[in-house]
Amino acid sequence: MNREKLLNAAVILLLLAIPLWAHMAEEPFLITLATKVAILALAGVGLNIALGIGGLVSLGHAAFFGIGGYAMGILAAHAQNYEPLAEWPMLIEGTNQMPVIWLVAVVASALAALVIGALSLRTSGVYFIMITLAFGQMLYYFAISWTAYGGEDGLSIWVRNEFPGLNTLVPLEFFLICYVILCAALWFAARLARAPFGLALSAARQCEARVETVGITPYQLRLTAFVISGAITGLAGALFADLNRFVSPTMLSWHTSGEIMIFVIIGGVGRLFGPVIGAALFILLEHLLGGISDYWQIYLGGLLLIIVLYARGGVIGAISGREVAHD
Amino acid sequence: MTDMTDPSGAGQVLKVSDLSKSFGALQASKNISLDLRAGEIHALIGPNGAGKSTLIKQISGELRPDSGSVSLLGRPVDDLDRVARARMGLGRTFQISALAMEFTVLQNAVLGALGARGGVFRFLGNVMRNKALVAQAEHALERVGLLSDAKRRTADLSHGQRRQLEVAVALTLQPKLFLMDEPMAGLGAGGSQALTGFLDTLRHEAPILLVEHDMDAVFALADRISVLVYGEVIATGTTEEIRNNAEVQRAYLGEEEPV
Amino acid sequence: MSLILILEQILNGLQFGVMLFLMAAGLTLVFGVMGLINLAHGALYMVGAFAAAIVAAWTGSFVLALVASLAAAAAAGALVELLVIRKLYDRDHLDQVLATFALILIFSEGTRWVFGSFPLFLDVPSYLSGPISLPGGIEYPLYRLTIIAIGLVVAAGLFWLIARTRIGIQIRAGESDREMIAALGVDISKLYTLVFALGAALAGLAGALVGAIQSVQVGMGEPVLILAFVVIVIGGIGSIKGAMVGALLVGLTDTLGGVFLPQLFGLFMEPASATSVGASLASMLIYILMAAILLVRPSGLYGGQH
Repeated sequence: MNREKLLNAAVILLLLAIPLWAHMAEEPFLITLATKVAILALAGVGLNIALGIGGLVSLGHAAFFGIGGYAMGILAAHAQNYEPLAEWPMLIEGTNQMPVIWLVAVVASALAALVIGALSLRTSGVYFIMITLAFGQMLYYFAISWTAYGGEDGLSIWVRNEFPGLNTLVPLEFFLICYVILCAALWFAARLARAPFGLALSAARQCEARVETVGITPYQLRLTAFVISGAITGLAGALFADLNRFVSPTMLSWHTSGEIMIFVIIGGVGRLFGPVIGAALFILLEHLLGGISDYWQIYLGGLLLIIVLYARGGVIGAISGREVAHD
Repeated sequence: MTDMTDPSGAGQVLKVSDLSKSFGALQASKNISLDLRAGEIHALIGPNGAGKSTLIKQISGELRPDSGSVSLLGRPVDDLDRVARARMGLGRTFQISALAMEFTVLQNAVLGALGARGGVFRFLGNVMRNKALVAQAEHALERVGLLSDAKRRTADLSHGQRRQLEVAVALTLQPKLFLMDEPMAGLGAGGSQALTGFLDTLRHEAPILLVEHDMDAVFALADRISVLVYGEVIATGTTEEIRNNAEVQRAYLGEEEPV
Repeated sequence: MSLILILEQILNGLQFGVMLFLMAAGLTLVFGVMGLINLAHGALYMVGAFAAAIVAAWTGSFVLALVASLAAAAAAGALVELLVIRKLYDRDHLDQVLATFALILIFSEGTRWVFGSFPLFLDVPSYLSGPISLPGGIEYPLYRLTIIAIGLVVAAGLFWLIARTRIGIQIRAGESDREMIAALGVDISKLYTLVFALGAALAGLAGALVGAIQSVQVGMGEPVLILAFVVIVIGGIGSIKGAMVGALLVGLTDTLGGVFLPQLFGLFMEPASATSVGASLASMLIYILMAAILLVRPSGLYGGQH
């Protein structure tokens, strides 16, 4: 087993062990932190498919994170108010059932990613970065002006949504839901990277001309990757909103997009567990440094700068060196 | 130029008719016509800046000509982009290697096989364990002599080996014709000889339109040569005819004794 | 909906557009000449505004405040270029995005640390305050008119610089072929620092000018930055002319849309919904415009080189 795999195993086990211990030691706050790590890691896993494998620098991924969050917020708000969402052409009621909410979140984000991706991928390079940024901001301002669902103040949900058979109010149980979803996403991302699709997508990142001359259209590859990526990040958004029982336009801002990208980069872009390690480090920094100084983001900026300039492979790159080619 | 040896046009795998392309004031291609027939190696030579790359790009689909037409296997392909023409069977190698540098040699070859066979949109299943694709890739690598290097990182290959890999990837497509842009460039004497020998056998599988500066290779391999100067084909003919063509000597080889 | 109102809003749109141009010009120059995307440009806007506020409070002179904004932003820009940006020219866009995003964090939190979260005050000087009567019966704030004038003068100056001076030639040459001008003996490092500082100065000036109408606080540069990106995407990255056209287009669309869309919807909707739907649509209008333009011209109106 190489170093990267060992590191990955350690991380995923630690991520499970800490909340289990915290549950027994009755430290619910730690469980909340771990849940946050799992959810943000999930958002990063989504982004990493587009960014790490596909090389698509999407600075607007918060759009999908926020759409997932608002999917939860809107459905749950209507459920708790006993008001249907729509009565015509058919009765659509709110719901507080997580599986349904997740389905809506995934479908909504996937559709948004399809539209945004279809338009944005017609450009490349810097144009692509700026367009994705602009679309994210578009949704951000839209959410602020949409006063029906809280506008700038956001939307609060009184009670965490339900999952059949579990008591989601127990921190450990909600954590386990997020953890399992994260593991499933990691499994899927790993399979994707090794699959024909992953090979072609990675090749398109490295040398577009080569892909075209073997008869594959890069646009289709990238759009597909973008949609999958958006859907996973959207699911993370729904979970995040459920964790905080709150959704606001901030989930759609470009700062959030930047943060998700930061997790991925700090951990190691393109590495399977990059987002997990990055999210863990980010949350750690937020709580350790944040406790010391209100201005901890200066240090985050400094760390990011150092990594970008001198340690491009992120934490995983630093520990385990160059990526081993797929077997 | 009408070609007396094949007036009917049968056996023409590639036909370029009256291709013209300008970049602003610069006319890179002026009414270029040529063709490529089954079983032949047709070399395209000319001084630097003659417009060879521009011509190749118009044939492959990377550039759109201002006027004129390109036909592959008897079909006009002017509406088709690079990807579509590759699918029709146009194999291409690049002057500056176009390879995925992070991949292993085998992965690049498998990419080619994947493009040839289809099935890109599969999300599960390990592509490098797909027997059919790997076999096809390994076969191509073996033909160019790179099989033993299959697990090496492409970035670690020597220049000559990258050339070989380019040819291998093109081979996995089982193309109907090859467009090769200076495959000899940067190869030492041994490498050039090996590649020359290889291309000689390759012509029977698929004809080759070969852009080259290496005159030894050109004279050894070419059935026909077209000379491109300032965007125009000034002569097309057999090796003998071109060598003895005064206009060509003046324009390209300089005022020298006939070779 | 009187003609006067429309004309006033057009002037507002022009004012907004001219300020956006100052931001966008720097961004597009830096990208055109150095191939670098700089997310921290908004921070330089903020630096200019803060410098102006401090100097205005200290000396009481608005003119000195503007000079200070130019100087401070240029200095900050030069410093950042020498320390960080320099290392990014050869990197890919992802690295540039991340590194400049890191700079935003450092600048923003750093400013908050030094100055706190409360806004500073920068007042419109008394000789520029108050309305001025324009032909057509319009009473328009003198200060806003001044901003339009200053912006147009700076734009003209920039066009002259690019078209007629030696530096301008170097900049234009650098945009088409970076390696070539190095080979011709131009000191690339100095040119780059100069271009970056110039862009920063323009942003700082914009920040100071706008800071007198809005507030001077941390993060003020970010909404403007995003819009500046939209401007240069619409105009074509690397084109100053594109930046001007894009900026005016965005400025006018945003201002006029924000005012008139709710009214438009008010024609066939009840007032409450009209306002909210209109406002929502207005906030998205610029992005819809950008998407529409890019569908037809993927490199922007005057782009196509990069």
